[in-house]
Amino acid sequence: MEHTVRAYDAELDAITAELARMGGLAEAEVADAIRSISTRDMALASSVIARDAKLDGLEMDIERKAVRLIALRQPVADDLRRVVAAMKISMNLERCGDLAKNIAKRALVIAESEPVTPLTSSIERMGELVTARLKDVLDALTSREVEQAITVWMQDHEVDEHYDSIFRELLTYMMGDPRMITACAHLLFVAKNLERIGDHATNIAEILHYEITGVELTDERPKSDALTPQAF
Amino acid sequence: MAVSARRVATRRLSNVLFVGFCFAVTVIALGALALILFSLVTQGIGGMNLDIFTKSTPAAGTPGGLINAIVGSIMMAAVGMVIALVIGILAGTWLAEYAGVSRLGAIVRFLNDVLLSAPSILIGLFVYEILVFPFKTFSGFAGGVSLALLAAPVITRTTEDVLKLQPIALRESGVALGSPVWHVIRNILWRGAASGILTGALLAFARISGETAPLLFTALNNQFFSWDMGHPMASLPVVIFQDALTPYPDLNKLAWAGALLIAGSVLAVTITARAFSREPKR
Amino acid sequence: MSSTATLELPDVSIATVDKAKVKLDVQNLDFFYGKNHSLKSVSIPFEANAVTALIGPSGCGKSTLLRTLNRMYALYPGQKATGKIMLDGEDILRPGVNLSMLRAKIGMVFQKPTPFPMSIFDNVAFGVRLYETLGKAEMGERVEESLRRAALWDEVKDKLQTSGLGLSGGQQQRLCVARCIAVKPEILLLDEPTSALDPISSAKLEETVTQLKNDYTIVIVTHNLGQAARVSKYTGFMYLGELVEFGETAEMFTKPLTVRGSDYITGRFG
Repeated sequence: MEHTVRAYDAELDAITAELARMGGLAEAEVADAIRSISTRDMALASSVIARDAKLDGLEMDIERKAVRLIALRQPVADDLRRVVAAMKISMNLERCGDLAKNIAKRALVIAESEPVTPLTSSIERMGELVTARLKDVLDALTSREVEQAITVWMQDHEVDEHYDSIFRELLTYMMGDPRMITACAHLLFVAKNLERIGDHATNIAEILHYEITGVELTDERPKSDALTPQAF
Repeated sequence: MAVSARRVATRRLSNVLFVGFCFAVTVIALGALALILFSLVTQGIGGMNLDIFTKSTPAAGTPGGLINAIVGSIMMAAVGMVIALVIGILAGTWLAEYAGVSRLGAIVRFLNDVLLSAPSILIGLFVYEILVFPFKTFSGFAGGVSLALLAAPVITRTTEDVLKLQPIALRESGVALGSPVWHVIRNILWRGAASGILTGALLAFARISGETAPLLFTALNNQFFSWDMGHPMASLPVVIFQDALTPYPDLNKLAWAGALLIAGSVLAVTITARAFSREPKR
Repeated sequence: MSSTATLELPDVSIATVDKAKVKLDVQNLDFFYGKNHSLKSVSIPFEANAVTALIGPSGCGKSTLLRTLNRMYALYPGQKATGKIMLDGEDILRPGVNLSMLRAKIGMVFQKPTPFPMSIFDNVAFGVRLYETLGKAEMGERVEESLRRAALWDEVKDKLQTSGLGLSGGQQQRLCVARCIAVKPEILLLDEPTSALDPISSAKLEETVTQLKNDYTIVIVTHNLGQAARVSKYTGFMYLGELVEFGETAEMFTKPLTVRGSDYITGRFG
C-alpha cells in the first residue's frame, strides 16, 4: 500500500532506483575488470578505472538523500529499515567498485609482462563465480526475494575455497619460477580483491534479509578460511 | 482572475447601504433611549427632594414623599429575589446537570420557557387566587411571591445556559479526582458559572423592579408607611401608576421622581454587582 | 512498495507481559454506547511503573478504553461495560465498587486543560481535601511536592494564591497533572494530554511523564506517533474497537508484527 503522503513514496523510490543503477554499474565494473585481466585488454581496464568515479558519486548522493529523508520524514518500521539498508548497500557497492578499479589497475601492469594463461584461467573461473553471486544478490535486491538472498549468503564458502586454491597455485608457481613472482604477486592481490567482492555480496545479502524480515542473519554458516590450520 | 468592475461596484454599494442602514437604525434606537432617559431625568429631578425619603405618599395638595413605596418595593423585591434565586438556581442546576435528555427535563424546560414570557397579569391573578383570596387580605408577601414567579424562570434559564457552557471536561476532572457529583457542582461549577448566574439574577431583578400588574392583585397599595408584609403594601410601580393618572401636577411630579428612582436603582445594583465580580486578569 | 508484502503476517499480535509486573489487567472487555458495540473483547495488560501508549485512528476506541479504566462512563446512562478489569487482583467492574475511592486511586488528565476556577493552591488541594484532613503546614508541603513533580513549582511558587485560569495552556495542563498526583494515586490516565499544547510545553509534559513513571503506572492515549515512540515502553494499536497489536514500543516501531499495525505506523493507513 502507498503512503498517504505520496511524496514520501516518491522519495523512497528515488533512493531505490538509484541503488539499482549503482548495482548495475558495479556489476559491469567487476565483470569488465576480470575480463581485462584475462584478455589483457588495456583499453577496457582504463575505462573501468575511469568509470569508478561515477559509482562514488552515486554513493554520496544516496547517502545525502537518505539522511534528508530521515530528518524530514522520520521513517519507522519497514521504511526505516529500507533507508538504512540502502545506505549500507550503497557503501558495499562502492567498495566493490573500488576493488574492481584495483583489479583493473593491476590488469594494466600484468598486460605489459608475459602472459600467464594457466593462472589467469583460474582467476577467470573465480571471477565468474563472484560476478554470478553479485548478480544474484542484486537480482534479489530488485525483486525483494528473501530466499535468493539467503542462498547467496549460504554459499559464501565457495568463494573462499576458490581463493584458497588460487593462493596455493600461485605460491607453487612463484616457488617454481622466480621470474613469475611479479605477475603472480599482482594476481594474488587480484584474487584477494575478488574474495573481498564475494564478501561484499554476502554483506548485501545479510542487509537485504534484515530489511525485508527485520531479523538479522546470525546463524552459523559454513566458512572456509585460508588461515585455518587445516588449509595447509 | 477576471475582475468584473460592475460586480465590485455593486457589492461596494450594497455594503455601504447595509452598513448605513444598520447605523441609522442604531441611531434611532439609541435616540429613543436617550429621549426616555432625558425626559426621565429632567422630569424626575424636578420632583426630587429630601421629602421623598422621609414622608409617605400624600393625598393631592399635601406635601409628601415615597418612603413607604420605596421600602415596600425593596422588601417585596427582596422576598421575590430570594425565593426566585433558590428555585431558579436549583432548577437550572438540575436541568443542566441531572436532567440531561430525559423526558422530564424536556417538559420542565418547556414549561419554564412558557412561564418566562407569561403575561404578568396572569401571574398576579394566580397568586391572588392562592394567597390573597383564601386569606381574605392583600399582602406584601403575596406581592413578593408574584415577583418571585416572574423572576424564577429567568434565573432558571440563565443558570442552565451558563452551566451548560462549562466544558464537560471540567465536570469530569472533578469526578476523576474522586469527588461526588454534587460536590463538583457546588465547588467547581457554580464557582465557574458565578458571573453568569449573577447576570441572570440582575436580569431578573430588572424585570421585576418595574412590574405593576401583578402587584395590583396581590399587594394592592398602602397610603401609609408599613413594615407589615401580611397586609397591603405600597410599591413604587403602583404609586407611579396611580399618581401619573391623576390630574394633580404635584402627584405627577412624584410619579416621575419614582420612575427615576426605579431606573436609578436598577443601574446602581447592576454596577455594584459587576464591580464585585471582576474576572481575574488573564 | 512495502517490503513486508512478501511475508505472511498475522492479523492480530498481542505480546505477553510478565504477570508479576502487571498492575492493571483488562480481560475481555466489551463496551456499549447504547446499542453501539464500541470495544470488542479487548484484553490488554498494563505493566506497573511503565508507560503504555494507546494509538489508533479516530473512533478506534482508545479513549473509550481509557475511560473504562476509571469507570468515568458511569456518569452517563446508556453506557455499559462487561468483562473484567483487575486492579491488584480485584475486579473494578463488579457492582458495589466505591467509585469515588476508585477514582482517587486512578487519576485522569484530559485533552483540554481544565483548571478549576480557584487559586492554584486550592486547585492542587481540591482532591486532597476530599479525603484527607491535613494541617496547614502539611497541606502546603503536599501542594509543593505535587507542583515540583509536575515541573511547575518554579513557575508558580510566588503566585500560589492567584487563579489557576491565569496560567498559560502548558502550565494549566501541568497544574492538572499536579492536581492528580496530589492525591497520591497509583495509576495515571492521560487522554491526549499535549494535543492542545505548543511543542515546548509538549516536550516539558513528556519529560514530566517520563519522570513520573518511576512511581506511577501510566496509560497515555495519543494521536502523535512520535510521542508514543518517545515516551512509552509498550504500545497498543487499536482499530475499530479491537486491539490489533500490542508489544514493546521499540519492537513495534522497528518491526511491527501486523499488516494493519505496520500500515498505521508508517503512514499508509486509509
